[in-house]
Parts: sequence; C-alpha cells; structure tokens
Amino acid sequence: MDILVTGTVLGGTYALIALGLTLQYGVARIMNLANGENLVLACFCAFWLHTAASINPIIGIALIAPGAFVLNWLIYAYGMRPLVDRAKNRGQLEIDSILATFGLMFIMQGVMLLVFGGGYFSYNFLSEPVRIMGENYGLNRIVALIAAVVIAAALYGFLYRTRYGTAVRAVAVNPASASLVAIDVPRMSAFAFALGGGLTAAGGALLSTFYTFNASMGVIFTMKALIIVIMGGVGDVRGAVLAALLLGLAETAVATLIDPGLTLAATYTLFILVLLFRPQGIFGRQTA
Amino acid sequence: MSLIKETEQRTGGIALLLFGAAALIPLADDGYYLSMAVNIAMYAVLCTAWTLFSGPTHYVSLATAAFFGVGTYSVGLGIDTLPFPLLIAIAAVASSILAGLVGLATLRLSGVYFVIFTLGLAELVRQVVTWLQVNFVGSVGLYVFTDLTEAHIFWMLLALAALVYVTGWLVNRSRLGFAMRIIGNDETVARHVGIDVARSKVILFMISGAFIGITGAILAPRFAYVEPPSAFNPVISFQVVIMALLGGTGRLWAPLLGVIPFTILFDQISANFPNYTSLLIGIAFMAIVYYLPRGVIGLVDDIRMRQTKRHEHAAGVPEAAE
Repeated sequence: MDILVTGTVLGGTYALIALGLTLQYGVARIMNLANGENLVLACFCAFWLHTAASINPIIGIALIAPGAFVLNWLIYAYGMRPLVDRAKNRGQLEIDSILATFGLMFIMQGVMLLVFGGGYFSYNFLSEPVRIMGENYGLNRIVALIAAVVIAAALYGFLYRTRYGTAVRAVAVNPASASLVAIDVPRMSAFAFALGGGLTAAGGALLSTFYTFNASMGVIFTMKALIIVIMGGVGDVRGAVLAALLLGLAETAVATLIDPGLTLAATYTLFILVLLFRPQGIFGRQTA
Repeated sequence: MSLIKETEQRTGGIALLLFGAAALIPLADDGYYLSMAVNIAMYAVLCTAWTLFSGPTHYVSLATAAFFGVGTYSVGLGIDTLPFPLLIAIAAVASSILAGLVGLATLRLSGVYFVIFTLGLAELVRQVVTWLQVNFVGSVGLYVFTDLTEAHIFWMLLALAALVYVTGWLVNRSRLGFAMRIIGNDETVARHVGIDVARSKVILFMISGAFIGITGAILAPRFAYVEPPSAFNPVISFQVVIMALLGGTGRLWAPLLGVIPFTILFDQISANFPNYTSLLIGIAFMAIVYYLPRGVIGLVDDIRMRQTKRHEHAAGVPEAAE
C-alpha cells in the first residue's frame, strides 16, 4: 500500500516532466536533452521563492511555469530554429538537436553548479503527516499529486478540446500536411516546445516540495522522462501518463523491496521490455 | 595483399614514422608531459574506436564509459590471480558481449533510442556493480597493484592505437565496411540490396566496444584503486563524443585533430578552473554543432578545395559544373 501511494506520487511528477518532453519531441521534433536541467532550474526557483520571498510553491508555479515558457520559447527561436532550417532530413535534425541540447544541458548545469554549488537542497513545505488507509504520508506529496493531476487534466483538455490544441496535435502527426491546412507549423512547433518547457518546470516546482535536489541531478530525470516518452509512444499524452505511473510504481517497489541503489536497473528493465516487445509505445499503432 | 595503393603505402609510411617518434616520448620525459601523452593516446584510441562505429552509422554512442569501466573492472577483479595479458583479453570479450547485447536491443530501432539507452548504460552498470559488491563481496572498490609504469601504459596504448588504425583500415576494405558506407548513405537502399543492416551494425559496435574495453583494462593500473564512480565516469563518454566530432568523423585519423587540442584544453581548464569543466563541455558541444558541423577536417577540406579552385582559375581551367 505504501508502495502504491509513494509510487503514484512519484509517477505523477514524472508524468508532468514526460508530458513536457513528449510535446517537445513529438510536436517540435526536438529531442531536448536539457529538459532535466529545466526541471532542476525550476526546483531552485521554487526553493528561492519559498525561502527568500516565502511564496507558496504551488502558487509559485504560476510564476515559474510562464517563466520557463518564455525561456524555452527563446531557446527554440534562437537555438533550435537554425538547426531546423539547416537540416536536410529528420535524421540530421535529430543528431544536431541532440548534440546542441547536450551543450545546453552542460551549460545550464555548469551555471547552476557555479551559482548554487554541488550541495543538496530541500525546504520544508507542508511536511505534516496525513493518514490514508492507516498509514502516514507527507501532506506535501499528496498536494503535489493533486496539482499534477490538475495540470495534466488541463493539458488534456487543451489538446483534445480546443482548436489550438488540435492544431498542435496535427503538427505532431504530420508537419507537412498540417501546413497544407493553414496551420503555421514553425509557430506551433515553437509554442509546443515552450509549453513543454513550462510543463516540465511545473513538475520541477512540485518535485521540489518533497524531494531533495542538487544541481547535477538533471540528467537522471531527462533519462527517465525519455524512457517514459518512448514507453508511452512519442507524442501520446495518455501513454506518457500511464508509463510514468508504471515507472514510478516499479521504481518505488524495487527501492523498498530490493535495494534503493537499483532504481535505474528497474527503469532499464522496463525500457528493454518495451523496446523488445512494443517499440511503438504502449498505445502506439504499428507503423511501417 | 598486392592491392595496397601507392597513397596508402605513403600514409602507412608516415604513420609508422609518427608512431616511432611517439614511442620515444617516455624516454624524454616521465612527468607531466608523459602523463599528458598517456591522456592523448587514451583519447585517441577511444575516439577512433568510437568513430569506427559512429562515423559511418551516425549513431551517437554514449556507452564509452560503460565499456571502459567493464575493462577496468575486469583487471581489478582478476589482477591477483591471472596474468595481465589474459585480463586484457577478458576485458575485450566482456565489453564486446555487452556491446552485442546493447546492440541487439537497440540497433534495430532509430538513433534516438540508441542515444538514450547508451546514455544510461554506464550508470546502470555502475549501479549493478555497486550492488553486487556491497551485497556479495562486502566492500566497494578494488586495489590494482602492478609493476607497470606510466611509460609501459603509454607504449601499450600506442600499440593499441596502431591496432585500432589497422583494424579500421581493414574494416574499410572489407565487405562489412562497404556495407556500412551504404547503410550510412541510405539505410533503405542497403536493405534492398540484401545487407543485413542490424547484424552489420551490431558487429561493428562489438568491435568498437572491445577496443574501448581494452583501453579501460590498460589504464586500470594507473588508477591503483578502482571503484564504481571513477571507473564508470560518464564524463568520458561525452568527452569522447566531443573530441571525435571536433576532429571529424569522415576519416579514420580525423578524430586525432580533435583529441590533441581538446585534451590539452580540458587539462588546463580542470587544473586551473575546476568548477568550469561542465561549462566548457557545454560550450564545446554548441560550438561544434553551430560552427563546425563537419569538424576540423571539414574546415581543412574546405580550405584545400578553395585552394585547388584558385589554382585552376590561375591555370585558366574552366570550372567544372557540379
């Protein structure tokens, strides 16, 4: 039971990060390996808002997510557009964007290491216990989970119930056809990239309320988010959420039942199983 | 082997001379410059082995640290009971098996899956090794005491470098190399002419992995104390990618053009400004992608081409239409 709740909370946060990445990769076609750094940056911002200005992290999201949105828009407009224009084919863009975002990842990490140092950070927010089914859980975790659910539901509503969201999904399916029906593909790509960054940052702010973070942990989160995205199927919102929950549960189960040092092994086992049996994602349709 | 071209003979001769000259370095200095030379030789082998696979296939492999660590660990575990040359062979076999498994799981799929998988591979192996050591051996870390000096390590690396170059050259001449070039240009075409694409990639990845494992094994005596975080240091993977791309991946010896300047630069930065190393790696990646997409070798080729064009103009030869 403990595993179930803790795993779900972890999975909920993973889901936001992975949703951010799946938008960036599925729509904007940029494999953003600096996404984890984006997350860590949001953690630090939430920390700073909480300690310096005593702003509640949940309200802080209202500041952090738009900030990350703007930052990622700028990254796309000045960093990624030239690569998109230059690339002759999808494979070329893939390699270029991987290398460029690796650069971005190291630069962001380097700057954060210089500013905050390599130590671990955490702060106290709603760390009083609540009883659910006879066991105690931190209130902050439960609040984080609820916030994650609200944000994910809002995203789902936006993508599937609005005109703009439908356009975003159209670009994800086929950019060339989308431009034929008068969708501004470059604009949508930039928007999706920025939105993805904002979502990840929201996930980061939530994560910081119950997780101890440091400047160099971003890459682990990038990797987990990537694995979730692949498991769920690229650009697939429902798949990403389900995969994130699965991963959160599997990790928590391994950490409590076997050894906390083997969480990555658990992640990889899932990853390999998906690659071997359903490389198109859990809900993905078989393509050529 | 009467099919060796004249230009190849000349290149071989120059290479022999250079290797001979390099082999004399330990006689001239056994302090700072020798240790720098060891670093350069190590990265030269790693980058060339990396290019062997990633050059023609365009798969960005970040598994270097994993193979390297497997090599180091093979030596660390067996140094008390087995002779060193045998351990090197074990390292080669172990890392090529690992490469084969990774390749079988990921190389049938697109490049992104491969990058992600290899990105976490070193960390995965590190976690598993740490767990095994803590639970079944009782201590993390191993001592490696040998009589090998820095000069011995350097000579071994030099010999290995020669072996890598010869292997690369032989692969290029073989059916496998030919298949790889076709795959690199267009995978669909390759599949249509009957090349087993996945198998070719896996074989090449195994060769590349074996060399990286051997490098790790050779360097184990240098560490003296082997523990998971130092043996599976992920920074090595990124440095290798940067250096190889900086040099260029089109030709076998091109990575060397990236290895020498970057090793010196990285050494200076990490000695004087240790907090700025990840910033340096980041900027290097950016600079390569935006300004040197084909590496230094691409720059050299451009200059050369412009010069021959100018010569042609001077001689009054009309420019050929593309």
